[in-house]
Amino acid sequence: MDKLTIAPSPHVHGHDSVKRNMYGVLIALAPALAASLWFFGLSALWVILTSVLSCVVFEYLIQKFLFKTTPTISDGSAAVTGLILSFNLPSNLPLWIVIIGALFAIGVCKMTFGGLGQNIVNPAIAGRVFLLVSFPAQMTSWPIPQAADGATGATPLGLLKAGQLDALPSSNDLLMGAVGGSLGEVSAIALLIGFVIMLSMRVITWHIPVSVIATMAIFASFFYYGIGDVQYASPLFHILTGGALLGAIFMATDYVTSPMTHEGMLIYGCGIGLLTMLIRMFGSYPEGMSFAILIMNIVTPLINKYTQPKRFGAK
Amino acid sequence: MNSVLITIAILAILGCALAVILYFVSQKFKVYEDPRIAEVEALLPGANCGGCGFPGCHSLAEAMTKADDLSNIGCPGSSDAVKCQIAKILGKEVTASSPKIAVVRCNGTCAVRPKTLTYDGASSCAIAASHFSGDTGCSYGCLGFGDCVNVCKFDAIHVNKETGLVEVVEEKCVGCGACAKACPKGIIEIRNKGPKGRRLFVSCVNKDKGATAMKACKSACIGCGKCAKECSFEAITIENNVAYIDYNKCKLCRKCSAVCPTHAIHEVNFPPRPATSVAEKSDASSAKSVAESQKSE
Amino acid sequence: MLKTFKIGGIHPEENKISAASSIEVMPIPSEVKIPLAQHIGKPAQPIVAVGDVVKVGQLIAKADGFVSANVHSSVSGKVTKIEDFIDGNGYKKSAIVIAVEGDEWDDSINRTSDIVNDIKLSPSDIISKIGEMGLVGMGGATFPTHVKLSVPPGKKCEFLIINGVECEPYLTSDHRLMLEHGEEVMIGIKILMTALSVDKAIIGIENNKPDAIKHLTELSSKYAGITVQPLKLKYPQGGEKQLIDACTGRQIPSGKLPIDVGAVVQNVGTAYAVYEAIQKNKPLIERIVCVTGKPLQKPSNLLVRVGTSVKEAINYAGGIPEDCGKVIGGGPMMGRAFTHLDVPVTKGTSGILVMNKKESQRPEVANCIRCAKCVGVCPMGLEPYLISKLSGKSMWDEAQEHRIMDCIECGSCNFTCPSNRPLLDYIRLGKNKVGAILRAKAAEAKCAADAKK
Repeated sequence: MDKLTIAPSPHVHGHDSVKRNMYGVLIALAPALAASLWFFGLSALWVILTSVLSCVVFEYLIQKFLFKTTPTISDGSAAVTGLILSFNLPSNLPLWIVIIGALFAIGVCKMTFGGLGQNIVNPAIAGRVFLLVSFPAQMTSWPIPQAADGATGATPLGLLKAGQLDALPSSNDLLMGAVGGSLGEVSAIALLIGFVIMLSMRVITWHIPVSVIATMAIFASFFYYGIGDVQYASPLFHILTGGALLGAIFMATDYVTSPMTHEGMLIYGCGIGLLTMLIRMFGSYPEGMSFAILIMNIVTPLINKYTQPKRFGAK
Repeated sequence: MNSVLITIAILAILGCALAVILYFVSQKFKVYEDPRIAEVEALLPGANCGGCGFPGCHSLAEAMTKADDLSNIGCPGSSDAVKCQIAKILGKEVTASSPKIAVVRCNGTCAVRPKTLTYDGASSCAIAASHFSGDTGCSYGCLGFGDCVNVCKFDAIHVNKETGLVEVVEEKCVGCGACAKACPKGIIEIRNKGPKGRRLFVSCVNKDKGATAMKACKSACIGCGKCAKECSFEAITIENNVAYIDYNKCKLCRKCSAVCPTHAIHEVNFPPRPATSVAEKSDASSAKSVAESQKSE
Repeated sequence: MLKTFKIGGIHPEENKISAASSIEVMPIPSEVKIPLAQHIGKPAQPIVAVGDVVKVGQLIAKADGFVSANVHSSVSGKVTKIEDFIDGNGYKKSAIVIAVEGDEWDDSINRTSDIVNDIKLSPSDIISKIGEMGLVGMGGATFPTHVKLSVPPGKKCEFLIINGVECEPYLTSDHRLMLEHGEEVMIGIKILMTALSVDKAIIGIENNKPDAIKHLTELSSKYAGITVQPLKLKYPQGGEKQLIDACTGRQIPSGKLPIDVGAVVQNVGTAYAVYEAIQKNKPLIERIVCVTGKPLQKPSNLLVRVGTSVKEAINYAGGIPEDCGKVIGGGPMMGRAFTHLDVPVTKGTSGILVMNKKESQRPEVANCIRCAKCVGVCPMGLEPYLISKLSGKSMWDEAQEHRIMDCIECGSCNFTCPSNRPLLDYIRLGKNKVGAILRAKAAEAKCAADAKK
């Protein structure tokens, strides 16, 4: 026996780690990944690979040469950002645009603020919104799944916005994913499997996804059933389209940019649901999930300030 | 075309109206501040270190402007020239003070004070000290996690990775005392910088008995008292097995450091000793000459 | 029905590897070092001198003031030194060193194993006798028991809650005690109930000890007013506040004491010590120490005389292993790591835990990812990430606003943090600083009030 180690208590750790959580998210994204490969084929693979690789490489370069610290790319956070970013892109997007998106996400939104845990908005969403406003044409031409000739079309929400109610796909197609849209958003069932994986691994709690979806459902029900205007589409349609599930399960639950208390998470989730529906129904964009999450990301510090956990012994 | 003109006109009117309102508001709520406060503040270091006892440089400038005389108030980090300038602005007298510097009273490097434990907690002296005595046999010495480095506003104190101790940067330290307050072991002392920056101090605070102290650290002060006996100016006292040199009495003769068996007495900025160092006569005379040279300065 | 506390909590690996080994009496060492401060409060004052011959159970240091405890000799022999020694934290503490000669007990102590059932003393006599016998809380907090039993005027005790939770991983001394000395524990609880004049006592035991629950439930039928409450496994259920919440559903408001919700909590070990003190006249001179750890050859529960060195106890349990990295006094969640092994076992040493090199290394620290897991597990409903950060930035007022003083230092936040951040290290630092500021303010206010008079 040589030197004893000394440290303040506790002397044991639960073996949870950043890696475990990040890889947990990656595993949970795997079903959606498989679905996107199934529906969009090889072109999807290239977009995903480009996005993940460039996010990881940018993070490595910035940490190594700008921060001059030991790169921490092995924690998987850059890979998660890359994967989620690619899930928000159409599969026929030119790869150079994907790289620009990754640079904006990692370079501007994550590393400028100090890296992991310091960013104020979700880097993947910010990257996607940046691309959406910079390259609107490329970002809104959606390939039709499994169409051999690379034909493009509108997303279900785009059809809704244009008032083409007859052309709306069936709930069954929406659930499985045989609709136009970005890579990861199409298959609701794959995303729900991911949700179950994350819950069972205790990567996230139920609060944010459930409150987002519930708010959207209530809001849509009010217009669809309450006012009875079919122009607004059914709650189920809203939940299954436009990345609502992808956003609620994987993007809104980003640790760094979501509130710290359960109460805060519920407020945050309701905010996202409400803003999404307002943008979808009354805004000029067909889809509002990304903007809603970005806005609520910025509100998060305020929510943190005003929601505190229930203290022990408080009435 | 018309709508453009209307827009320009509306904006211009709005701008003018707001400017007028702003002007009157600023006149109405104007706060008078003695212009000398800003002048004094400009001369202060602006580090807001708190060494003066005020929350920041602005508060000190305010207080100095209000104070009747500057004998008890002032920036410990300013040079005498700056102090004179400030006094001139304020039309007050300034008493010359001796500049101060922080000294680290521990010389237990990794080589002489081997580690006996591995510390694996948060890297903070305050946390480590509240939990245990230290990762070496000495329970008084420098922990080396750099709480002092974190509080220093002047970038004047650094951890030397090789020795595991903190070192003060002579040119940058202003003697504000922030580090001394932050050190949980109380080993940093604010002392007179000394003429030409020359100073002597006991670089150890170990209160253990000689043998115990020696066992923990080869360069610990063992309280043997040789230095006190050697000192002709009664500047050295031994208390709790540790020697202390009173910098007001010390004449920088260096006799004490020559006899210290563990080299715990440090001399700073002295010229190298002549080869025949502890030669009796020259020492006594050098003591005198040093004392004289001090006066002449 | 299983109950538990309402907020937060974690599930560390139990590792109760010594649960099956019955209590062994450790041989008397050749020398004991009995510290004068084995309790919270002022150190006791020695009343023996170097050279004195003492018997087992003889008073050797007297309590100094109300919050203090008597210290008795745990061996017979000659006092060789009364001097400072280096304690487990590396700081100096004073102790009485006794060289052991034979094993001669004080005549007043009943050493038979017969069970004495009748409680003859009045409540006030019980409390003063508990004080005389130097009893302190045996769970590890070492608060003098007689002080805890003295209910302040105007307050009423409704429940006595007995802590048999032993929620710390590894430790099994209370578990073994309940199994092997259940009868004595029950009588001890009866004595405590008499002292507090309450008619309800609840023994809280986690359901990872079904044999202890069964045994004590059977025994409790003989003792009116005592019930056993099985509890759901969750750390830190053994915390005073959490245990009261789990057993009665009452939560102690911030800054209040258990008695404010009508409860007094005592450990099962204390109940056993009370039995021995009152019925057998035996002062607190030995205790059951769980010497455990994965690298240890023979994890055991030992009956150890106070003052025996930790090293000897480990040697008895199979020797110090080759790759010993850390030795902890107490459990892995709240115990303190020893700086050296030549420290004595004291009244509060519930366990000695030996960890190998790999276990004793803290995982590498990463950035906070704001996952809020620490908020979810904090049993006090605090925001550990926030108060630890405030404390790191020396923002004491803000830390106090966020209730840093409510922290019970259970370590759940550190345990659960995926980034392995030393949250509790900084919170503890903040508690020290904020506590000092509050005390200074209180003293100032008192001075001002006195000056007005």
